[in-house]
Amino acid sequence: MNPLATIVLLPLVAGTLLCFAFGRDNSPARRLLTALVAGAVTLTALGMLLSLAPQVFAGQTLVAHTDWVPSLGLSIGWRLDGLALMFALLITGIGSLIVLYAHFYLAESDPAGKFYTLLMLFMAAMLGIVMSDNIMLLVVFWELTSVSSFLLVGYWGHKEEARAGARMALAVTGGGGLVMLAGFVLLGQIAGSYELSDILQRGDVIKADPLYPVMLVLILVGCFTKSAQVPFHFWLPEAMAAPTPVSAYLHSATMVKAGIFLLARLYPAVGGTDLFEGIVASFGLATVAFAAWVAIFKHDLKGLLAYSTVSHLGFITFLIGLNSPLSAVAAVFHILNHATFKAALFMSAGIVDHECGTRDMRRLGGLLRLMPWTATFAMTAAAAMAGIPLFNGFLSKEMFFHEAVEATMFWGAAVPVVATFAGVCSMAYSLRLVHDTFFNGSPKDLPADAHPHDPPFGMLAPVALLAVLCVVVGVIPALTYGPLVEVAARALLGGDTPDYHLALWHGFNLPLLMSGVAVVVGAALYVALQRVFRLHGYTPRAFSGKATFTCLIDGLFGFAGRLTARFENGSLQRSLALMVAFAIVLAAAPFWAADTLPGTGPRELMPASPLALAVWVLLLASATMLVLTHHNRFQALVLTGVVGLVTAFTFVGLSAPDLALTQLSVEVVSTVLLLMGLALLPQRTPFESGALRRGRDALLAVFAGGGVAGLTWLMLTRTHESISWFFLDKSLSEGGGTNVVNVILVDFRGYDTFGEITVLGIAGIGVLALLDGFRTRRPDADPDGRRWAYEEQPLLLRVAARVVLPLALLVSAYIFWRGHNVPGGGFIAGLITAVALVMQYMALGQARAEALLHGAAGRRFSRWIGSGLAIAGLTGIGAFWFGRPFLTSAHGHPALPLLGELPLASAAAFDLGVYITVVGATMLTLSVLGAASKEQHG
Amino acid sequence: MSLFANISMEFLVASGIGWVTACGVYLMLRGRSFPVVLGLTLLGYAVNIFIFVMGRLWSAAPPILGQGDVQADPLPQALVLTAIVIGFATTGFVIELALRSRAESGTDHVDGREPGA
Repeated sequence: MNPLATIVLLPLVAGTLLCFAFGRDNSPARRLLTALVAGAVTLTALGMLLSLAPQVFAGQTLVAHTDWVPSLGLSIGWRLDGLALMFALLITGIGSLIVLYAHFYLAESDPAGKFYTLLMLFMAAMLGIVMSDNIMLLVVFWELTSVSSFLLVGYWGHKEEARAGARMALAVTGGGGLVMLAGFVLLGQIAGSYELSDILQRGDVIKADPLYPVMLVLILVGCFTKSAQVPFHFWLPEAMAAPTPVSAYLHSATMVKAGIFLLARLYPAVGGTDLFEGIVASFGLATVAFAAWVAIFKHDLKGLLAYSTVSHLGFITFLIGLNSPLSAVAAVFHILNHATFKAALFMSAGIVDHECGTRDMRRLGGLLRLMPWTATFAMTAAAAMAGIPLFNGFLSKEMFFHEAVEATMFWGAAVPVVATFAGVCSMAYSLRLVHDTFFNGSPKDLPADAHPHDPPFGMLAPVALLAVLCVVVGVIPALTYGPLVEVAARALLGGDTPDYHLALWHGFNLPLLMSGVAVVVGAALYVALQRVFRLHGYTPRAFSGKATFTCLIDGLFGFAGRLTARFENGSLQRSLALMVAFAIVLAAAPFWAADTLPGTGPRELMPASPLALAVWVLLLASATMLVLTHHNRFQALVLTGVVGLVTAFTFVGLSAPDLALTQLSVEVVSTVLLLMGLALLPQRTPFESGALRRGRDALLAVFAGGGVAGLTWLMLTRTHESISWFFLDKSLSEGGGTNVVNVILVDFRGYDTFGEITVLGIAGIGVLALLDGFRTRRPDADPDGRRWAYEEQPLLLRVAARVVLPLALLVSAYIFWRGHNVPGGGFIAGLITAVALVMQYMALGQARAEALLHGAAGRRFSRWIGSGLAIAGLTGIGAFWFGRPFLTSAHGHPALPLLGELPLASAAAFDLGVYITVVGATMLTLSVLGAASKEQHG
Repeated sequence: MSLFANISMEFLVASGIGWVTACGVYLMLRGRSFPVVLGLTLLGYAVNIFIFVMGRLWSAAPPILGQGDVQADPLPQALVLTAIVIGFATTGFVIELALRSRAESGTDHVDGREPGA
């Protein structure tokens, strides 16, 4: 398999399945095993990436394609260029640290299998996003990250805040993803391809298209929701209810960077315009400053880090938005730097929480003494976050200031001012994090069982590694992240990078001055806030994005509830009436809209025979009578039977012998069935509908009936064009039968028939499920007070039934056999057999007939259904032996002694399956009902 | 018979289908389960004939090869044949659902409670 696909599929398939299988048992040994498997999968993916890295560093873009739905332009395409490589290394690199950390972080009672399974799923989804070459495939992975992050944030599902946070994250990022999908469809239409390889080449065409602004805004909504840009930022702090490894992984290093990744990925295609710069850089700039300011006032360690993350995401968004090649370099550099120090800080926050039982900075303090190693690493990472020289964050922040000064946006001089303000806040919150946690007195009100000290090595090691990296990169950037930044920036720009120099010292310049101002003023700001404004006493105001979101969602739910209540008050009658009315309106709408109403068509009419006229009068009379007197249920049932007979008669008169036979036999069994049902129901329908209700229903009925009649008339008077002539032509030559209806059923459209007998079987099983074991007491007397008679069935009937049974079976065998050529076939033969068997029930009584047929209260007939379906299915599968598609039939005309030439088609075996299923389903329905009404007398 | 000379089969079929549909819809909108089942059955008849006559009306022309020069359209017939059988299965299911519902709720009203209760 292609190595690119393997990198994604490894965690997606092997990772999830193995972690799930090993993690079902939560014993310590299994927990370790699960973590080891997750680690091995992650490291393997990382290793494969590293083995491919030299090719990417050499300037190649690795691409692999497999067709998926070629007719829709969909393919499964993978792509590994500098940008994808950088992100993929980040995902697998930080991922392996998270696997290690989480093993020590999770409590014994937390299910490790669930955690690692979801983590693998998420990792696969992220790798899928960054390595997709098809944008539709990218959307699939994009939504998969939303779903898996929903599950990870809600990992502690017993906590209300976890569920609420997970739901909000899903609503915002998933919803944004849908908007983005619309943008992607537009992008694909404009570019004429859904492959990134093509799209990235067609930037000029795309940007010149009139739909470009619409498409851009749609895609940006997706990016901004995912990467938590103002005003969509509020879900990220709420998602902090997640276990800390999840926050460290999803909400600092990877998922929230997906939006930024996409901006970078599509930059050559959609970026570089004034519109792009205006929107993206402005939102980025607003986010940097706003979130950095808010972060200072968060008392929760993770809350502070969450807002800091939002701020840094804005930082990167701003840089990508700017129309300057150098800013692209700064952006990718900061993606790496931010992931490094922020993951370390989240993990430190997790350690503090783990050891102290709280993350509230008002209660923490003085932890430097109690956990010196954690404090050292956390302070290192915090220094990087604040942008102190010698740490990696300083370098990208200098570049940020440089770009802010050089920016030629319409905000003018405001840009460097806002940027410096963000730097000030950044310094202030970093200082607060360090001071409130590790200095500032000693811990207060900790839980009684908390004895803070440095955690086990496995939990500390990932933090240590990242903290060391912060310093090393801060001192020698060009030798560490340098090459990766170069290839990633190249891929982002879709061309060469400008001259730049990653180094600690650039001389005395304006950015250095801004950095100095940020550090000094930031420190002063913090001291002032703490001393003068008593920061610890601050409580946030009620207005927030979260409150707005909750308000909107509640409003939506309330609206939906009121709307539903208006139409649905629990009455099925009302729902049905609305449905009929809606159907009438829907059917009438095209006529309403038409310029000229269609009239009678040109087809020559068929004169009505006197007999037809008489039948028509009978039909109208009996149907009318039925409606008028339906309160007498028995009479209504008989009149329904009359309508059924007229239906059968219509089939006879209009050249459909097969249908007439079917209708007749169905009429018999269904009348018996309805009679059996009626015996257990009240014999009369009460008069309870008011005149208004009856009038409304009559109006609906007349409109529905009139509409159907009109439609039928329009169709019948028009000339006839049909695909059926094909069947008439090929029936004998390819289906081996002259009864075209039967050949269609068992051969041409055999697959449909197979589906239909399956439905039949399901209905039968459904009946069994409804009434199995159900016994209802039948009233002893009819409504007029006459007692039911329980005498033995008349002798004549019993004898006649016995004589008729073999004859009827013979007839159905004959009907079955001849069905391929003249009217008949499995359906009709099955119904005739059922009629004959029903007669046995009537003549011998339920108990004796059951005993004869081994019906077991109808349950056994499910075996008939099963075997019938099996025979039909196996006949169909049989065609595979000959390399033909499912249900291809074969036929021949073997000559047998005595019988002469026999038309034999494999379709006959299929028809046998139909026959058995029909008998089974019919008998099951009747038998279950019969068993339900067991007579109560002695 | 001159009175009826101008009446066509097409008219009879169309009006018959329409009338049966109307009766079926009216019964389906009743509140008790049994009339609803009958209404459903009537609607089934109407729908089956409707689909069947979409192949137009043919007299004495069954779709069987070798019997006469013309054959009726066989496709709607094949569709309706299975529809009739499935319609029966549906009727069976619905009537037994009505029984079960009455046993569970103590009433044969479709809403599972007596009106006004």
